[in-house]
Amino acid sequence: MKDFYDIIVVGAGPAGSTAARFAAAGGASVLMLEKDRDVGYPVRCGEAVSHEGVVQFIEPDPKWIAATVTRFRLVAPNGKEVVPRLDGIGYVLERRIFDYEIAKQAAHEGAEIITKAYVYDLLKSEGKVEGVKVLYKDEKIDIHARVVVAADGVESRVGKWAGIDTTCHIRDMESCAQMTISGIDVEDDVLEFYFGDEVSPGGYLWVFPKGKHTANVGLGVSVECAKKKAAIRYLEEFIAKRFPRAAVLTHIAGGVPCAKTCDTIVKNNVMLVGDAAHQVNPVSGGGIISGMIGGRIAGEVAAEAIRRNDDSFLLEYERRWHKRLGWRHEVFYRIKEAISEFSDETLNVIAESALKLPEQKRTLGGIFRTALWNRPSLLLDVARVFVS
Amino acid sequence: MPHHQPLMIHIVPGKCDFCGCCVGVCPEDAIELMESRIEIIEERCTNCRKCVWACPWEVIEFHREGVANLPKEVTL
Repeated sequence: MKDFYDIIVVGAGPAGSTAARFAAAGGASVLMLEKDRDVGYPVRCGEAVSHEGVVQFIEPDPKWIAATVTRFRLVAPNGKEVVPRLDGIGYVLERRIFDYEIAKQAAHEGAEIITKAYVYDLLKSEGKVEGVKVLYKDEKIDIHARVVVAADGVESRVGKWAGIDTTCHIRDMESCAQMTISGIDVEDDVLEFYFGDEVSPGGYLWVFPKGKHTANVGLGVSVECAKKKAAIRYLEEFIAKRFPRAAVLTHIAGGVPCAKTCDTIVKNNVMLVGDAAHQVNPVSGGGIISGMIGGRIAGEVAAEAIRRNDDSFLLEYERRWHKRLGWRHEVFYRIKEAISEFSDETLNVIAESALKLPEQKRTLGGIFRTALWNRPSLLLDVARVFVS
Repeated sequence: MPHHQPLMIHIVPGKCDFCGCCVGVCPEDAIELMESRIEIIEERCTNCRKCVWACPWEVIEFHREGVANLPKEVTL
């Protein structure tokens, strides 16, 4: 470890590793710091991604694919099931291996990586960020950098120290719990989603297969709803009812910021990526690929800013992110707000209508259109997303 | 705005998964989270309770009488 780098990345999840990879590939000297002892562990994730999302970054490899999925099953509050037609396939990952591979890509490009290194503050001089303060092996160390990339997750504090408001409003934060359970009867090629106030108010419950007889069963409850009852209570009730004899392999908590991207994602030589920037799809809560897309743009822009010796070029990240995905997340956010107002009864009606759609039209887009028929203003938004 | 009322937010020892959901909703940057250590920064906490509501595992509790009055030995 040196005492100066062009770019320091805080956090070695998929967004941080991807930022480090592309920054290093762009010729910058890069150090990535991870507070935990392991890259990729503990896993706090449902682990589902689309094939088309993941191939932008890495060739699919059986060693980090737990299941290949070809169908969705949406379950309405009254138990009615809708299986939309899907174009393309998806994967349920083994994140603890996947994250390693993404970090190895960064290392291959020349990035240095250190685990068990906790960033506890920023180094500042006259308001300008000049690096990070790290607690490493019980020692406090200052490391200087031209640019700091904050990939420190839902619990991000680096952005706040740079003067960026990254606090997630409680109506947008999903309080999540998940168990990976085994010895159960699940189809290994279907992603299941359960909706309704009884199962998961202000969110949804997922059953994502991880090979035969094993699945990630988890849920998110909006914090506004979790005031009355915590996420873990909902999950325990569902598992007791649906999988009473399941063996529990892992048991985790988590938070997902289902919000629009933070208003500011570049300030004082600090760039936010991934969950720290709220780059999660606000409808699905999926953040692996979108975080990696944010990471890639941030890494490329940071390296170019170093090459040009022009810090003001960092702002280009904000522009490119919004052009690539940020605008789309704003549309998704409006859709999420509309969906969150649906009562269980409305959801049941939507399921009934979707089941009446001819199979050819029973796509996710078709179901959305059915769901939003009485909200014409949103139809336009949905259309923009699906045609782009 | 931070103020000086006694701390009312209590993290039940031994129960936390260190997931960071509470940190994500804390408007005062009043929670320090490391790999396996979590702490409320008392001088910043305003007892707003957002962390209590956000915690997926019911690890964080609100005590109106103040955390200082809790018994030293806490039963899990």
